[in-house]
Amino acid sequence: MSAADPLLADAAASVPRRLPAGTGSFVFFRNELATLFRRRRTITLLAVLAAVPLLIAVAVKLSSQQIAPGEGPTFLDRITQNGLFVGLTALVVCTPLFLPLAVAVVAGDTVAGEANLGTLRYLAIAPVGRLRLIVTKFLTATVFCAAVTVVITGVGAVVGTLFFPVGRVTLLSGATISPAAAAGREFLVAGYVTISLIGLAALGLFVSTLTDIPVGAMAAVAVAAIASQILDSIPQVSWLHPWLFSHYWLGFGDLLRDPIVWTSLLRNAVLQAGYVAVFGSLAYGRFATKDLLA
Amino acid sequence: MSDEWAIRTTGLTKRFGRRTVVDRIDVAVPRGAVYGFLGPNGSGKTTTIRMLLGLAAPNAGEMWLLGHRMPAAARQVLPEVGALVEGPAWYPFLSGTDNLARFDAANPAMRPRDRQRRIAAALDRVGLSHVAKKKVRAYSLGMKQRLGIAAALLAPRQLLVLDEPTNGLDPQGTREVRALIRSLAEDGTTVFVSSHLLSEVEQICTHVGVMSRGKLVAQGDLTALRRLHRPRLVIETPDVERALRVLDDLALRDVQREQTHTGSTEPRISAELDGVLPEEVCAALVHAGVRVRGLRPDHGSLEDVFVSLTGEGFDVDG
Repeated sequence: MSAADPLLADAAASVPRRLPAGTGSFVFFRNELATLFRRRRTITLLAVLAAVPLLIAVAVKLSSQQIAPGEGPTFLDRITQNGLFVGLTALVVCTPLFLPLAVAVVAGDTVAGEANLGTLRYLAIAPVGRLRLIVTKFLTATVFCAAVTVVITGVGAVVGTLFFPVGRVTLLSGATISPAAAAGREFLVAGYVTISLIGLAALGLFVSTLTDIPVGAMAAVAVAAIASQILDSIPQVSWLHPWLFSHYWLGFGDLLRDPIVWTSLLRNAVLQAGYVAVFGSLAYGRFATKDLLA
Repeated sequence: MSDEWAIRTTGLTKRFGRRTVVDRIDVAVPRGAVYGFLGPNGSGKTTTIRMLLGLAAPNAGEMWLLGHRMPAAARQVLPEVGALVEGPAWYPFLSGTDNLARFDAANPAMRPRDRQRRIAAALDRVGLSHVAKKKVRAYSLGMKQRLGIAAALLAPRQLLVLDEPTNGLDPQGTREVRALIRSLAEDGTTVFVSSHLLSEVEQICTHVGVMSRGKLVAQGDLTALRRLHRPRLVIETPDVERALRVLDDLALRDVQREQTHTGSTEPRISAELDGVLPEEVCAALVHAGVRVRGLRPDHGSLEDVFVSLTGEGFDVDG
C-alpha cells in the first residue's frame, strides 16, 4: 500500500483484525441510544409526557374545588394531602393511551424506519448482523419505556414536592409510611409500568419488521394497545383477559399496600416476558431470512 | 478458494416468483482490477450486487468475496468491503459527520478511538469538510453522493463495490471520482463499478462484465472485449470509385459506403481491417492516385460492443 496516502497508511495501523466479542455490539447500542434520544421527535414526546404531571399539579393547585374521595382518576383525591401522589396520578392518566402511543411510535419505527430511509441496507452491509440489529433495537425500545416512566414520576415528584405538602404518606391499606419509603414505592411503581410496556415494545418490533412504512407500523401497534384494552373490558371474553398484554397495566395499586403485595407485579412480569419471547422470536425469524430489497 | 479473485461466483441464480432475474452467472473479478459491471436496466445487475453483499439470498450457486464463502463469512469479510448500492441513504436529521459515525459504529471491526479522525479524513477526501456539521437534509444530491463515497472510504478496504458512483455529480466531481478510483486501484484495492456510463468505464476499467436478461453475456479483459468488435478502417476521400477498386484489389472485406455525417463534408468508405496494416492501405490508395483526405482505424467503442451484446432497443429487460 502506498504510504503517501495518509488515510490508508494510518488507518491500516488502527483497524484490528479481531475485536473482543461483544465490543462492536456495545458501541452500536450506544450509538443507537444516542441517535434515538437526540432526535427531536423523541425529545418532544418526552416533553409532552412530562407536561402531564405538571398540568395535573397546576390544575389541582389552582382549583379551589374540593374533590370527594374516589372522584376523578385514582389518587387524584390524595394529591392535596401529599404531593407524592402527583406522579402516581400522572401514571394512571397516561397508561391507557399516552404511554402506549409513545411506545408505538418508537417501537414501530425500529426496523420500518430504517427500511423507509434506505439505511437498513447500509447497516446490514456494515455489517451489523441481523440478530445484533434486532436485539439492539429491542433493548433501545426498552430503555425508552423506562425513560418515559422515569420522566413522568420524576417530574411528578419534583412538582408535587414544590406545590403540595410532603409528609408521611397514607397507603391504600391505611398504614402510613415515611416520605423516603414512599419515594421508594413510587420508584417501584415506575418499574412496574416500565415492565408493563415491554411486551408492547416487542410486539411493535415485530410489526416493524413486516413493513417499510413506519407510520403504518406505529398505527398498527397503537391499535393493538387500544384493542387489547377494549377486549379486556368485555365480560364475554373473560377467558382471554389474563392473556392480554394490557391486563395488568393498572395493577400497581398492590405495590402501595403495606405489606407490599407482589402478585400483580409477578404475574405482569411473566406475561410480558411471554410476549417478549414470542414476538421477539417472530421478529428475528422474519428479519433474519428476509431479502433486504429496500 | 484461491486468493486470486476478489469476487467469484459459480452458477449464481436468483428468482422472484417465476421470473429468473439472475441466471447461473459466473462472475470473476481478479484482485486489484477495476471491474466495470454493465448491463441495461433490469438485467439483474443490482440484484447480483445485493446477493454479493449478503442482502439477498441466492436460490442457487455459490459466491466468494475476497476468498471467503458468502453469505456465511459476512461478518469477517464485509468490514473489508466498502459499498454504494442503489444510491446512498442517510438520516436526514443527523449531520454528515454523525451519519458516518453511525455506520462506523455499526461496523464491528472499527475501533472507536480514531473514528473522528478517520471520518474527518474521509470527508476531506471527497471535499465535504466544510459541510460536515450540517444536517444531511440540507445537502444537495451531489453532496449526498459524495458522502456515500466517503462512507465507503471510512477505513482501508480491500474491495469497493460502487453502484453508479458518479450519479448526480458535476463534471469536476466526476473527474475526482475517476481519479480516486484510479489511485485506490494503484494501492491494490479492487474496485467493482456498476455503471451505465460506458465512456466512464472505458476510461477507468481494466476488466468488464456485461449482463443481459439475467445472463452474463461477456466477461474479461477490456482490450480483449473490444476485439469482439472487429476493427475497421475509415477513409475520407472524394475519389470514392477509385478507392473502392483499390480496396477490392487488397481483398478487404465488408467494404461499405458510409452516410455523410453532419460535420464531415467528405464522402466516407470503410472496410474491415483484417490483418492488413492501415499504412499499407494508405500507400496503396495514394499510389493509385486516390486523394486521401482522412484515414483512421476505428477500434469500435465499448458502446458498439455493448449494444451488439445486449441488443438495440428501448425496452427494459424483464
